[in-house]
Amino acid sequence: MGNGKSLFEKVWDGHAVRELSNGQTQLIIGTHLIHEVTSPQAFGMLRDLGLKVRFPERTFATVDHIVPTDESKEPFSDPLADAMIRELRKNAEDFDITYFDLSTGKQGIVHVVGPEQGITQPGTTIACGDSHTATHGAFGAIAFGIGTTQVRDLLATQTMAMSKLKVRRINVDGQLPPGVYAKDVILHIIAQLGAKGGIGYAYEYGGEVVDNFTMEERMTVCNMSIEGGARAGYVNPDDTTFEYLKGRPYCPSGDAWDATVEKWRAFASDPDTVYDDVVNIRAEEVAPSVTWGISPDQGFSVNGTIPRPEEGETPAEQESIREALEYMKLTPGTPIKGTKIDVAFIGSCTNGRLSDFREVARFIKGRKVADGVKAIAVPGSQIVAKLCENEGIDQVFRDAGFDWRRAGCSMCLAMNPDKLIGDQLCASSSNRNFKGRQGSPTGRTILMSPLMVAAAAIKGEVSDAREVFELTACATA
Amino acid sequence: MALDKITTVQGTAVHVPGSDVDTDRIIPARFMKCVTFDGLGGYLFYDVRKHEDGSDKEHPLNNPRFKNATVLVAGSNFGCGSSREHAPQAIYRYGFRALIAESFAEIFFGNCTTLGIPCVVATGDDIKVLAAAVEADPALAVTVDVEQCRVFFGDQSFTVHVPDSARDSLISGRWDPIADLLESMDDVSARMQELGYSA
Repeated sequence: MGNGKSLFEKVWDGHAVRELSNGQTQLIIGTHLIHEVTSPQAFGMLRDLGLKVRFPERTFATVDHIVPTDESKEPFSDPLADAMIRELRKNAEDFDITYFDLSTGKQGIVHVVGPEQGITQPGTTIACGDSHTATHGAFGAIAFGIGTTQVRDLLATQTMAMSKLKVRRINVDGQLPPGVYAKDVILHIIAQLGAKGGIGYAYEYGGEVVDNFTMEERMTVCNMSIEGGARAGYVNPDDTTFEYLKGRPYCPSGDAWDATVEKWRAFASDPDTVYDDVVNIRAEEVAPSVTWGISPDQGFSVNGTIPRPEEGETPAEQESIREALEYMKLTPGTPIKGTKIDVAFIGSCTNGRLSDFREVARFIKGRKVADGVKAIAVPGSQIVAKLCENEGIDQVFRDAGFDWRRAGCSMCLAMNPDKLIGDQLCASSSNRNFKGRQGSPTGRTILMSPLMVAAAAIKGEVSDAREVFELTACATA
Repeated sequence: MALDKITTVQGTAVHVPGSDVDTDRIIPARFMKCVTFDGLGGYLFYDVRKHEDGSDKEHPLNNPRFKNATVLVAGSNFGCGSSREHAPQAIYRYGFRALIAESFAEIFFGNCTTLGIPCVVATGDDIKVLAAAVEADPALAVTVDVEQCRVFFGDQSFTVHVPDSARDSLISGRWDPIADLLESMDDVSARMQELGYSA
C-alpha cells in the first residue's frame, strides 16, 4: 500500500483552516467566480448582515446566463435581464470586484473566462454559484458548484463549510476512434456510472487518452462531472496545462513563472496514491454518443436502439425509461439515428471554445444546414468569438446556414431569448437534457458532441458524424 | 446568531414520485430572473404542475387532499443538476419544512441544510410504505425526527440516514455556518497570504 496523496487531498489539506463543530471543514476558496443569476441575493444577505467582501481581489465577475446573444445594445429588450445586469454591475462597483463586463471584450461564460484569463490555476480551490464549476478542475484545481448562501459565505470570509469528498480515479486508456471526441468520453462515462454514481466523490480523470487531451478537451470532460453526480472533477496538471497558462493575464511571468510551474507540478497525485475507487474505460469502446432520455445518463452510441421500458433492471428504472420515452416522444425498439431534429445548438461551457468551432468548421465548409432546421453557434466568450472571427470560422458557419451569435450561455438553459418552442427537438452540444431545460416546458434535447450536432443540422436528423463527414476507419457497428 | 434548533419536523406529507428530479424541474430557469428569492414558492414544480395556459395538470401538489403538506417525500437523486439555491428556496417558501428521499444530489443537500431544511434518506421500501400510508390518509401526522434519525407515522416508524455533520448542525441550531466561519478570520487571512492568494 502506498502512502501517496492524491491532488485532491493535497489541495484540500492545504486549504483547510479548521474543523467546525459539526465535523465539516472550514475550507479556503482561493478563487471565487460570480455571475448575475446566483449572486444578487448573496450580496443582499451580505448587506443585511452588515458585512463587507473580505478579499475583493479574489472574486471575479462576469455576465453570461441571461445575456441575449442576438443584440448588443443596452438596455436589452428584456427588462428583467437588464435589471440583473445592472445589479451585478452595481455590486461589483460597490464592493470593488473585478468585473468582465460586456464592454471589456472579455465577457463570456464564467467557465470559459476563468481559464482564458489564467485565473484558473493548478493547486487552487475555486467555487462559483454554478454546478459546472467542475470545469476548472481541468487545470488541477479543486472546483465546486455552490448555492447562493455559500456565495455569501465566500464573499464574507473567502471560506466555506464542506465535508471532504472521496476520490474516484477514472482511467481512459487506448486510442479513441476517429470522430470520437472528449464529449463522447464524458457522455460514455456518465452512461456507465450513472447520474448518481459520483455522489460523494471527486472524479480524477487520467489515463493515456486524458493525458493526450488538450486543455479544452479536458475542460469538456471535467465540465460534466456534475452530470455524473460528482461535485468536482479534475485532471492532474502537466506540461499541457502549463503551456496553456503561460502568458495569460493573471498568471505569473518572468522569473516567477518557472518557480510557479514547479510548485504546480507538485500538486499532481503521487504515483502510489490509493484511491477510494478506480474505474477503467477502454477508448475503443467509446462511440459517438447521444442521449435518448431526460437524464444525462440515459445515453448510448448513435447506433443504439431506443430501449424498451422492460429492459430496465428495476421497477424504478423501468418507470424512468417509460417517463423519458413519453416525454421525448421516441419509439422503443427503433434506432435513434434518423430522428428528425428542429434545432441545432453549438455552444455552452461544455463545448463553446475555439477548438470546438474550429473542428466543426473543418467539416461543414461547403455544406448546408437542412431546410427547416434552425442552427445557432454561440461562442463561449467574446475572446472565443474574436479568435474564431480572426480565422474566418464565423463565416464558414454563416455560409453553412448557422446563426453566428454573441457570447453567452444561450440555449443551454434558456434564461435568455434563445429557447425551444413547443416540443421542438434540439441536437445540442450542451450538458443537460432535463425536461424543459432549453426553455420550453415540452422542449426536447439530445446531447452530443459539436460535430454530431453539425451532422444532425446538415441531415436534419440524428446522424453518425463519421458517415456524414466520411471520416476514415468508419466503424458503424 | 440565534437560530432555531431543528430536532423534529411534524406535519402532513405528500409524495412526489420519480427519480432524478432535477432542480430545473423544481424551479424552471425562467423564474430565476429575479434579484431576491421572494415569491419563488408559487413557481415550485411549475412546468410539471401547470399547462402552458396556466391551468393545473394532474400533480400531487395540485391535489387538494395534500394541501398544506409540510413534508415532501421523493425518490432517488432528488435535486440533481443545477446548483441553484432557488430550488430549496422555492420548496421552503411553498411551505415544506423537511424532505424524505431515497437519495439527494450533493449540492442540493448542502443548500437545504444551510437553510435549515432537514433532508433525510430512507430506503425505497420504507418510502413506498410511507407513500401508501399518506395516500390512504393524507391527514396522517408524519414526524421527521432528526435527532433520533427516525420517521414516525401512525403506529409505524423507520430509521433514516442523516449525515452526522448535517444532523449536528440542525439539532444544535448552527445550520447557517456564517457565524462559525467569521470566528477564525485571523487564521484565514494568514493562510490566504501563505497560499499566495493575497498580499
